[in-house]
Amino acid sequence: MIEVNNLVKHYGSVKAVDDISFTVERGEILGFLGPNAAGKTTTMRVITGFLPASAGTVRVAGFEVFEQALEVKKRIGYLPENPPVYFDMRVRDYLKFVATIKGVEPKAINVEVARVAERMSITEVMDNLIGKLSKGYKQRVGFAQALLNNPPVLILDEPTNGLDPRQIIEVREIIRSLGQDHTVILSTHILPEVSMTCSRIAIINEGKLVKIDTPENLTAQIQGSESITLEIEGPVVDVQSALAQATNVTSVSVQPTRRDDVAIYKVESQRGSDIRKALAALIVGKSWGLLGMKSETLSLEDIFLRLTTKEEEVN
Amino acid sequence: MSNVYSIFKRDLKGYFSSPIAYVVIGLFLIVTGIFFYLLLSSFLQYSYSYAVMMQRQGQVAVNVNLMMIRPFLLNMSVIVLFVIPMITMRSFSEEKKSGTMELLLTSPLTNWQIILGKFFATYLLYFTMVGVTFLFMVFLLIWGKPAFWPIVMGYLGILLMGAALVALGNFISSLTENQIVAAVGTFGATMLLWVIGFAGDFTGKILGELFKYLSIVNHFEDFSKGVFDTGHFVYYLSLAFLMLFLTYQSIESAKWRG
Repeated sequence: MIEVNNLVKHYGSVKAVDDISFTVERGEILGFLGPNAAGKTTTMRVITGFLPASAGTVRVAGFEVFEQALEVKKRIGYLPENPPVYFDMRVRDYLKFVATIKGVEPKAINVEVARVAERMSITEVMDNLIGKLSKGYKQRVGFAQALLNNPPVLILDEPTNGLDPRQIIEVREIIRSLGQDHTVILSTHILPEVSMTCSRIAIINEGKLVKIDTPENLTAQIQGSESITLEIEGPVVDVQSALAQATNVTSVSVQPTRRDDVAIYKVESQRGSDIRKALAALIVGKSWGLLGMKSETLSLEDIFLRLTTKEEEVN
Repeated sequence: MSNVYSIFKRDLKGYFSSPIAYVVIGLFLIVTGIFFYLLLSSFLQYSYSYAVMMQRQGQVAVNVNLMMIRPFLLNMSVIVLFVIPMITMRSFSEEKKSGTMELLLTSPLTNWQIILGKFFATYLLYFTMVGVTFLFMVFLLIWGKPAFWPIVMGYLGILLMGAALVALGNFISSLTENQIVAAVGTFGATMLLWVIGFAGDFTGKILGELFKYLSIVNHFEDFSKGVFDTGHFVYYLSLAFLMLFLTYQSIESAKWRG
């Protein structure tokens, strides 16, 4: 449905997007994850045809976004980072206006406006001025606008921005249900959001596509190592070197505690090697005290930080 | 076409649902009304003493068109220079600032549909504003005997000049997301187009001719006399088209700049 090939976008001398390629199939929800100013919004703007690409091609439903802009725009519903609403209009008038410019048949406009209002639960504010609405309502009006004319592709830039926790859950629910018959790209910097709503995640940093995969695969792949936390009573230097020399251990870091002879050791080992037994045996063999042991798996948050911080630290 | 109309309708509603339209039209009517009143009272005074003098010699009354309507139209042609920046400042700037430009540009609309919709909305506001002053002329037609066609020509000139200036204002509004900058910029540009004609008097022959040709108010003089010259007609329309074309370029280049 969406094909992005070697997309590059410069702003003057700044490279906002650097050679990104990916495809999104029908019925998929792709989440863009990345720190601020990573190039998420720019990539979305190119896909919607708001910005032209400096190089590379983007095709939506088989149409080239720059050459056949109108065809592409007919098929995309777009919610920008700030909801594109007119503060001096009433919600109903606003939605009617957007419906007209999106090419909804004049006769069908009222029905269509009622449908999206129902979906975004804004029916009770339809006759209010948008400027007087709370941030959450404005956001939902902006979202409702994107659903008008039922476009097959939805591009949502931080769709849960400004919503309260309950509304966030509602909106995620809506996105998930939309994902069944729409192609959705959304961006966020809230990590749980992508793992909850998206079928695939694209991690973008400094304009580059760092990783793109399903949340499960991503967690599995990036967990190149497993990490074990140990609390050991014994001479710190000796314990550290002994742990570091154990088989399959890749790194050991020490965290002192209040007692001089007790420290917390974080041991990273190669993936797939369960070394807990060996470590326990080692410590007991040296007659140190093993006060605690905990095995940790990396959360999405850890993965994200690893991928978006400097390259050396990742490897 | 229906897309142009949608944009036009939304913008026009925006002007009339906010105080802008009323303030601008009200202000314009107050200023033109004062000028009308002053011109009328000095005309009456003059024509009364003239009539007393002429009656003895058995001659006709003074010319309303020449003494009253023409100066009024010339005044109005300068007042609109001050008011047009207020009409057009919002046009694109507001959309850029509030992020709704992103909505328009990602909707299945062409740039021209957006530009024309916005141009016609601002132009209709201008048209309404100028149109209301025609009431002054109606009073003159009822209680006086002015020639009708020179008045029509004068208004045609004001409307043509307005088309060029409104297009100019739209263009400048498309360059910035700050309404104040748009207003001041447009004001500067309209003033420049006005005073450049004065500069024509002090420069060399060729440059002087050029400056006078560029001066937007100079082209109005013939209209105010009731003369229709296609040269002026072409000048105003081509200036309007040039400005609309520049607006198109400005929107396109904003995309490339990001």
